[in-house]
This record gives sequence, structure tokens and C-alpha cells, in this order.
Amino acid sequence: MEHDTIAAISTPMGEGAIAIVRLSGDEAIKIADQLYRGKKKALKEVDSHTINYGHLIDPETNEVAEEVMVSVMKAPHTFTKEDIVEINCHGGLVSVNRVLQLVLRAGGRLAEPGEFTKRAFLNGRIDLSQAEAVIDLIRAKTDRAMNVALNQMEGRLSKLISTLRQELLETVAHVEVNIDYPEYDAEEMTHDLLLNKMKDVHHHIERILTTAKQGKILREGLSTVIVGRPNVGKSSLLNSLVHENKAIVTDVPGTTRDVIEEYVNVRGVPLRLVDTAGIRETEDIVERIGVERSRKVLKEADLILLVLNYSDELTHEDEQLFEAVKGMDVIVIVNKTDLPEKIDMDRVKEIAQEHPVVTTSLLKEEGVDQLEESISQLFFRGSLEAQDMTYVSNSRHIALLEQSKSTLEDAVSAIESGLPVDMAQIDITRTWELLGEIIGDTVSESLIDQLFSQFCLGK
Amino acid sequence: MGYKGESYDVIVVGAGHAGVEAGLASARMGAKTLMLTLNLDSVAFMPCNPSVGGPAKGIVVREIDALGGEMGRNIDKTHIQMRMLNTGKGPAVRALRAQADKVLYQSEMKKTLEQEENLTLLQGMVERLIVEDGVCKGVVTKTGAEYDAKAVILTTGTFLRGKIIIGDLSYESGPNNMQPSINLSYHLQELGFDMVRFKTGTPPRVNNKSIDYSKAEIQPGDEEPRAFSYETTKYITDQLPCWLTYTGEETHELINSNLHRSPMYSGMIEGTGPRYCPSIEDKIVRFNDKPRHQIFLEPEGRDTNEVYVQGLSTSLPEDLQRKILATIPGLEKAEMMRAGYAIEYDAIVPTQLWPSLETKRIQNLFTAGQLNGTSGYEEAAGQGIMAGINAARKVQDKEPVILDRSQAYIGVLIDDLVTKGTNEPYRLLTSRAEYRLLLRHDNADLRLTDLGYEIGFIKQERFDRFTKKKEQIEAEKKRLEKVIVKPTPEVQEKLRNAGVTELKDATSAATLLKRPEVTYGLLAQLGVGEEVSDEVAEQVEIQTKYAGYIEKQLQQVDRMKKMDEKKIPEDIDYFAIQGLANEAKQKLNEVRPLSIGQASRVSGVNPSDISILLVYIEQGKIARVGK
Repeated sequence: MEHDTIAAISTPMGEGAIAIVRLSGDEAIKIADQLYRGKKKALKEVDSHTINYGHLIDPETNEVAEEVMVSVMKAPHTFTKEDIVEINCHGGLVSVNRVLQLVLRAGGRLAEPGEFTKRAFLNGRIDLSQAEAVIDLIRAKTDRAMNVALNQMEGRLSKLISTLRQELLETVAHVEVNIDYPEYDAEEMTHDLLLNKMKDVHHHIERILTTAKQGKILREGLSTVIVGRPNVGKSSLLNSLVHENKAIVTDVPGTTRDVIEEYVNVRGVPLRLVDTAGIRETEDIVERIGVERSRKVLKEADLILLVLNYSDELTHEDEQLFEAVKGMDVIVIVNKTDLPEKIDMDRVKEIAQEHPVVTTSLLKEEGVDQLEESISQLFFRGSLEAQDMTYVSNSRHIALLEQSKSTLEDAVSAIESGLPVDMAQIDITRTWELLGEIIGDTVSESLIDQLFSQFCLGK
Repeated sequence: MGYKGESYDVIVVGAGHAGVEAGLASARMGAKTLMLTLNLDSVAFMPCNPSVGGPAKGIVVREIDALGGEMGRNIDKTHIQMRMLNTGKGPAVRALRAQADKVLYQSEMKKTLEQEENLTLLQGMVERLIVEDGVCKGVVTKTGAEYDAKAVILTTGTFLRGKIIIGDLSYESGPNNMQPSINLSYHLQELGFDMVRFKTGTPPRVNNKSIDYSKAEIQPGDEEPRAFSYETTKYITDQLPCWLTYTGEETHELINSNLHRSPMYSGMIEGTGPRYCPSIEDKIVRFNDKPRHQIFLEPEGRDTNEVYVQGLSTSLPEDLQRKILATIPGLEKAEMMRAGYAIEYDAIVPTQLWPSLETKRIQNLFTAGQLNGTSGYEEAAGQGIMAGINAARKVQDKEPVILDRSQAYIGVLIDDLVTKGTNEPYRLLTSRAEYRLLLRHDNADLRLTDLGYEIGFIKQERFDRFTKKKEQIEAEKKRLEKVIVKPTPEVQEKLRNAGVTELKDATSAATLLKRPEVTYGLLAQLGVGEEVSDEVAEQVEIQTKYAGYIEKQLQQVDRMKKMDEKKIPEDIDYFAIQGLANEAKQKLNEVRPLSIGQASRVSGVNPSDISILLVYIEQGKIARVGK
């Protein structure tokens, strides 16, 4: 069967140092050769899995269009099991778009969303759960998140899920034996027995979901909000975090113009700083977006950076802020240690309770290290750093786990309310199927549709 | 020496449980039908246990009845006891089982066949099929008679190259020492069919007079009258009990020390036996930590002294069988009337069939029953009726009727056979049905009577009665939604007396009925019931109480149906599809599923293969890979 050759920009949209246009298909090398001028060889002559310096020439004008490095990977040892060419060019929308246009004019077809992965999948290169982990690979915003995605591809999640499914299957089989052989003297699967087993599996799924939350954070970034009265140094804190750590993605627009997010990587913890524009413009989140919305932003945050003024007394407003973030992960930052102490530090520690308190002088760039250490510790809490942790970092997986959890809860409540065991078994079997969908064991058509539409262009 | 006999629309070869349903179905649908059997005295013979029904199987009997078949009616007339099983569990797994009077069962069935218009019953052994250009056109008997037919249904059970084995003794034989059918099996192989060798077995029978029942537990039938058929109005009240006893240490020691005499372990038996119905020697070897095994003593009829020793199926030598019997409490002095034996036979690999039960290799040839690799009377009968319906419809130029997995256990059975095949004699289990809450004993009529009527199988009078019942159920369900039960002192007292939590607020009768401990009968006591038949009350109660679960299963059925609606073009070339695993290519090519749904159930085909198929079909690439 013939494959036409597809092409797409395979790096995220936005400003980066380099960008990549990827081609896959029988004609990939031929198309690239129409554009490429190297020092020595044409691309069809170079060894597989090499990267080659040269220029792209616009065939219409015969002028140099771009300075490039071109990777050539020949089938079958490639991501799609087809010939792949990756053109590395300068970052920025203008140049990468120019390269893509040249490739399309030379005979490539613009890839559909997820088409590279689809081909990899169709050519037997990856299985379903691996295919989905690929989504996370490209979205991985830090090295650590990258590891999580890799682990999933190696099947750690599959293994864990398989174990749970096996347990469910065994329980179901036990129920079945009582049904199909009602007179035989097999031990009756009683309500109590069943209840214990289901609670056990439920507990495991809950645990996966807890780590899933970490996985989601790794992928999407720890949603972080900086709060504090006006003029305590929120803006300096923001600038300090962004400049120290280089923003990975800049100015990703949110759903409204009000909320602007910035990503920074603090010691392996990706922070998604929410409403940074608000802070920059007015220094006061509440004032800017209104009390209700700010409450909502606070509520959805994973981490609160609460900033106080070292050189000012604690105010009623400060205490109200503490009240508003009660029960959340909070780091208290007492800023402006370069000025005379007016704040009652004992009182601060008292109301901060178990939350870490860091003193800084952002002006003199003091205390930023401690702050970063606190963030890192708060997130990883030591144990999470273990490399063999299975994070579930894909929102479809999480949704399925949540559904499994809820069907198991249905089973438990059916058992507890005295419904016949074989009724509860319907929920148990459903749980088994749902878990199967995560590892692609009970594929349904909608799953396929959703899977491939979820892939972004150029993957 | 050959001669030309009469011509028929449909010829059924065999008159066992598959054959009789096939013949009756075909004849009742207006096809001129001939039934050929080796021996007219063995019509509807039960070579093994004297019972009909049980989990899953009993529901099949109800389904056969709802479609207009005979098994349910026949057992209702000829049983010695009936029991509803799994009554402590949910409605989905309740199942009726009858102990049959074997002889009566046969003679009743034979009478029905003989009375059927359009149906000719004839003794004769079919040795060959008349096949022209891949189309079956008739049969040839051992005596040289040629009968032309537009369609032929083979239901030869365990007769094909049958071989009985008892200890080191073995001889060619059909079940119960009837003559085997040797040449037909070779003929089928010549025609290109893949055959497989299966094994099954039966226990010894003992004389009722020689059993000491004081050492066994009595197993009576239900007091409440029961029936399989929706048409039955007369119930048999005079029931005979069965009895329960156990093997013991002595039994196990005896068998263990004589295993070398077992043909199972000496390698004499080559056929594959069913895991779920092991011989006693098998049970003792495989579950050696079990201190005792159950033995049920089941009378074979009212006018016979023979008692079936269920649980003691064996192919051990005859002298050893006697000794084993003597180790079992109650059977110490039992007089063995027939020895147990194992029987090996040829079966057709069922993936060679379309879901209509027509063979893929030869048009207008259908097969049903144990020949297709199943085990059990009910499984055979369920296939028989469908083969009969579809052969008649083929003759009448109509599309085949295919029951899906959410419609009937028969649908599950046939889909499993033709899609997955089987490497042991196939028995229906409730767990094979993924939508078993929909496939209940109680609602077989609601599932299938419309279809039975539509294909001309269910008579008008019965259909009218059915329609009325359906309307009453719907009306009563609606009414209960609207009737409000108020927490008056009388209501609360009645609830208390029934052991039900009292009401907090006024609530609809339907909501109240959803509580596990509330029955329709209790609603009647509270004064909110209606004068409805027990059958209607049962449906209203089940459909209301389990509405949430039923809804969930219906959603799953919707998903399945979407997959089943995606048809696979008949000329698809699986070997031309890149990315399909080799095993999947081979399996799909063998089974040639009609839909994506069916393909997804083929064993050895994994989800990514299905995704690939889906993607191909959706992208219209099929055209490119078609032959």
C-alpha cells in the first residue's frame, strides 16, 4: 500500500531557538532533496540517522530561503516506520512557515492532526496507550515530565492497570461460578467478601489518581497564584521567577484576556503563573478581576505564593488573605528584608501554621534560592521523586480512572444496599472494561475517534 | 442400486435435539421438509443427563419457546420435577431446570413431529451430500436413495466416526451403542471441511431398588408450579425427588491407585473433553485437595428403575466402575444397569460457518448442534431452530435471521461459535453473555415473540395475548410513576410489618418499588397495586427495580450495535492491509467477519488491529485493498 508524504511543523507554535518541519512517507527524502543544497551529498546519498548541514533553496527564485540542519531517518527504524526527514530551521513563525510552504509546494501534503502518530500506530510501531503517551511527550514542559511520559510508554501504567484488572477478573469469576453452578459446593462469594475486594481495588485506583494529580501538574504546570496587598513586591517576585528561570512558554492566552499565564521551571517543577498580566498592570489581582473571579482563580490554584511586607505591620487585609487560602498549598514570602523590620515575625509564623515562611529581598536578589527550594520540596515531598513512580499524565486516562472509581463505588453501594451479588457484578465488569480502555484492551470506536482528534498538528 | 426419492425444500439429517427443532422450524415456516434419522426409536434421545435447563441453558429453552420452538412445550409435558435455580440471586441469573422422563420426552416429541404437516420422518443413514458447483442439492443414503433438496441441515450430533471407550475397551459406536456414522465424516473431509476430534462422557446408571436413600439428602422439586413454555397452562404436580450424596476418601484412593487403567491417562483418548464437565478421574487428579465431590442421583423417568449418577462421568473399566459405586454412601449395594463411557467424535470447526449457520464452503448447507462443537441438548436445540429458520428462509429467498448478543443467549452461542470457534465442546454459561441482565428467563417472550411472529412461527392467538401483556406492563409501569404513597400511620405500619424502612415523605409507588426489599405484592397490600397477572407484576417489578442497571446495559448494547453496524466489505483482502498483525490477518481471513463488531470478537485479533480496520474502512481505503 502506498503512503503519500505528509508534512507539518512539529515544534510548538511560538518563539523558540529552533523549529522543526517533519516529513514522513515514501517521498520524504525526494521532496527534501528538491529544496536542499548541502556541501557534499544529496540527502538520498547520506547515511540513515544522520544530521546534515545545508541550505534550503526556493526552486522558484533559486534563492537561499533558509539555513538548515536536516535529519534523515530511513524506514523502518523511524517513529512512523516510514522514511522521515526533519528540517531544523531557525525558530519563529516566519521562517518555519516559509520552510513548511516550500515543502508543501514540493509535493508534501499537510498532515492532519495526529497523523504522524496515527501512521506510527497503523504501521504497528506503537500500541494505544503508548500512542497517547506520545501526546504527553510533546507537551512535556520539563525534563521530569519527559520522564513520566517515557515511563508510560514503557508500559508501567499498563502493568499496574493489568494487575488491577486481573484482580477484578478473578473476583468476577468467583461470582460466576456461584451462578453457573448453583448447586456445586464452591465457596459462596458473599457480600462481605466481595465488599472487601472491591474496597481494596478502589483504594488502589484512588492512589493512582493521587499520583495522577502530580502527573497532571507535571504536564500542565503547577497552577500558581501570587497574592498580597499592593506594593509588597508581587511584581518583583514574578519578574524574579521569570528571569531567573527563563520562561519556557511565553504569553499563552487564556480563555479571556484577563488571565494570562506564564510558564517557568523551578528546579524541575513547572509553574504556571496565573494572571501575570494582572499583576504587572495593577499589582492587585482582586482589584483587577473582581472579588468573585479572584476567589475562583485562588480556588483552582495548586500553589499560592502569599507575599507580605517585612517593613510594614500585619494588616487586617493580610489576615483576610490567609483566611482565603486556608487549606491550600501556600508559601509565605516576607519580602523587603532590605528595609527595617516592622512586621511581627512570630505572629506571621503563627498564622502561617505549617506553611513554609521564606524571607526575601527581591530588590537585592536575596532569599530567592530558599524560595525555590521550598517550592521544590512542597511539590515533590521527597517520596515523589522516586523514578519508578507511575504518573498518569493523560487526561483521558484520568477520566477513565475517575469513571472506574465511580463504577466501583456503584458496585460497593449495590452490595451495601443488599442488591444481589450478580447486579454488583455488572458494575465490577464495567470497571474492568474501563480500565481495559486505558491500556487499549477493550477498544471502542469513540476511543479511536477521540484519540486521533486529540493529537495536535505536526506530532 | 441407487434410486431417486422424492424432492424436498429442506432435508434435516438427524433427529436429536438440534434436528427436531430444525425440522419443525423449517416445516412450520412452510418448507416441505424431510427428516432423516438413523433410528426412528431414538428421536430426541437424551444420551446423557435426564434434565433440561439450568443456568443459561434454561433461558435458551425459553428463547426457543418464544420463537415458536418445541423444547419448552415438550419438557413441560414430560418432566418429573422442576426447580427454579439461583432464586437467592438477581433476576438475570434465575434459571429453570427440569428433570425429564427420558422415554416420555422422546415419545412426545416423536408424536409432535409425526403430526406436523409438511414434515416427513424417515429412517435412513445419510452417507453423502449431492454437491454441484459448491451448492448442496440433496443427500444420498446408505441404501442408495437420492433425495433432492434446496437446502440441507446436518445435525449428526456425536455420531460422526463415534467411538466408545471404556477402560482399555474401545469400539466404533454412536452414543448408547447406536450405530455410528462413518462415511459421512470422511465425505465432509473430502468436501474440504476442517474437522476436530472432541470427547465427552456419561456416568453409569444404577437400579433405583438397590439404592439406600437414607444415606442421601433429598432434593425435591419446587412446590410452586413451573413451566418453560409461555403456552403451558397444565402443570405436573406429582413430582419425583432427586438425591444428593458424595464421593469420599475411599473413592478417591480407589481411583488414584487405578489411574493407570484410565484411558484418559494411558493416552488412548485423543479427543478434547470439556473442562467444565470433567470425568470423576479428572476431578480427582486436577482437584486433589478437595475431600469430596457431589453426586446427584437423578431418576431417568417414571416407568423405569434406572437412576443417573450425575457427577460420576467416567471412562474407567467396567469392573472398576462397580467398585467405585460401592464406595459412595447410599450406593454400597447399587446394581449398575449401564456402565459409564467416554465417546469420541468428529465435529466441524465452527468458524467455517456464517452466523446464519450456513457453511461458507458449500452454499445451502447448514449445520447445527453437537456437530458444530457444542455440548448440551439446549445448545443443540437453539442452533437447530435457527438453522431450520434460516434454511427455510434461504429456500424462500429471504434474508437470514441472526440474533445478536443482546437479544438472546442463542445469539451469544452462535456468535461465539462462528466468531471465536472452540477448542473444547462448547457449553453456554451465563458469563458468556455480556448483557445478561437483558437476557433474562422472565423476559424471553418480550425479546423474541415479535420476531417469532414476524417470521411466521408464532400463531396469531398467542401473539395477541403477548401484545396485550406488553401493553399491560407499560401501562402499569406508567401508573406506578404517578401514584403517590403517603406516610400515613397505616402505610407505615404495613411497611414496618414487612420489615421495610418507613417512609420519610410521600413518594411515588415506582420509587418505593425500587427499594430492594419492596415487592409488587407489598404495593398491593398498601392499596396501590392493580389487578394484574403474576407475569405482568413480575415484569413491572423487575423493570422498575433494576431500571438503572438495565439502562446501563442498554447503553453498552448501543455501543456494540454501532460496531456491528460497521459492515466489512465481503471481498476485503486482509493480507493486503499493512499494519495488521499476521495472526490477525489469518484469523480474520478464516472467520471473515461481517462487521467490525464481529471482527473485534475474533480471538487473536487485538484492539490495534481493529483500530486499523476501522481507520481503513472509514478512510475508504478498502477499495484499494479489495481484490
